[in-house]
Amino acid sequence: MTARAVAEGVLDPELPVLTLAELGVLREVIESDDRVVVTITPTYSGCPAIEEMRRDLRTALTEAGYRDVEVRTVLAPAWTTDWISESGRRKLLEHGIAPPARVGPRPAGPVPLNLVPPPARVPCPRCGSAETTELSRFSATACKALRRCESCREPFEHVKEL
Amino acid sequence: MSFDNAYEAINDGAGEDAHWAFGTGFDDPLAGVDRALPAGVPVAELTAYCLMLGDDALVLSQRLAEWCSRAPELEEDVALANIALDLLGQARLLLSRAGEVEGAGRDEDTLAYLRDEHEFRNVRLVEIDCGPGPGGDFASTIARLLVFSSWRLAVFSRLVESADPVLSAVAAKGVKELAYHRDHAAQWTLRLAGGTEYSRERMVAGLARVWPLVGELFDPHPVELALPGVAVDPSLLRPEVDQVLDTVFGAAGLHRPEIAPLSPVAGRTGRDGAHTEALGYLLAEMQYLARSLPGASW
Ligand SMILES: [Zn+2]
Repeated sequence: MTARAVAEGVLDPELPVLTLAELGVLREVIESDDRVVVTITPTYSGCPAIEEMRRDLRTALTEAGYRDVEVRTVLAPAWTTDWISESGRRKLLEHGIAPPARVGPRPAGPVPLNLVPPPARVPCPRCGSAETTELSRFSATACKALRRCESCREPFEHVKEL
Repeated sequence: MSFDNAYEAINDGAGEDAHWAFGTGFDDPLAGVDRALPAGVPVAELTAYCLMLGDDALVLSQRLAEWCSRAPELEEDVALANIALDLLGQARLLLSRAGEVEGAGRDEDTLAYLRDEHEFRNVRLVEIDCGPGPGGDFASTIARLLVFSSWRLAVFSRLVESADPVLSAVAAKGVKELAYHRDHAAQWTLRLAGGTEYSRERMVAGLARVWPLVGELFDPHPVELALPGVAVDPSLLRPEVDQVLDTVFGAAGLHRPEIAPLSPVAGRTGRDGAHTEALGYLLAEMQYLARSLPGASW
């Protein structure tokens, strides 16, 4: 297997239904002889999972026979949920987690203030109802918000847009 | 300028099988980084500037973490902890950069755990005790978060253009996080001000508690003025931040407090290492383990 294929198969420690590639944090895999340099980017500045990712990548590549493995972290350009791939979005939905909407590039000028949570159409991943309410902007991990479906009444997690 | 690969915050570190007792356990957090400084940038000032922004985030992160398990509701425990974690992440990167620019062999852990109070360069706003406990309450914590995140968002929005590629990268990442923090604080301000008479009183008192320390955010420091094109002159941010705060106050039916700023001490403020007594207690708790068991891990 190529180093890229190995790295692309490593799962995200916090959303283990996704690979690091599908999450969009895997930025580059450079292979020369038996040396591999993998570059990843954190989702949030304080993301504690980055250490797990680094270790999992190193373990997977070492087990695949690469002897000299280096994992680098880069900050720029900053990660955005737009980098979550189509298959990643589909898998989230299949596992009951609402994927983020596309946000596009940030417009120039001051960041707009939201005095109320911005209206979001986040369909329920269970029943598809559009009637869902945000319970909390913050959840068990930095990247997810907690919502509730007003039709089936089930709570669900939503990977919030960043 | 291409930022790709401009910042490699954390390279392969040895000893990662050990769990951290404190700090990060990385041998060289900035290994492999493009260490080139922008031409003509004074090293002492850039070091100090990274410490200023890093200490603001570190100290407020510690204050917010004190709310863990003590917030008004479970969701808020989680929210404040998440915000604290974002700020801690920003602090790690900024302190690492400060240590690297300084070139005296101090890493992020050394800077966080082994500096004394007078060496911290955070604004005094972030260090005062806004609870939990008798020093303050949730409303004053929200008031501080509203002011601080509005201010820091204005700084970081401009810092994205910094000639220092590391500051620029940290800012680009931080802008999105700070926008969340500010919205969260603004929404709580509305909720508390528009709740009961009692919750409104507490919100008004919370703003009054932090207001004397707001002016310091906008006082330009010689360090900032010595770094044109690299640092942000905070005196230019006041109109933008005031506009944000006035929007929140207007929607909440609150008035901007009219309270005189807390005076500098012999012309010195938090940015010069002149702090309130609150910082000493905060550091005593934050640094205790690292100082009593140097290099501890488990
Ligand atoms: Zn539903």
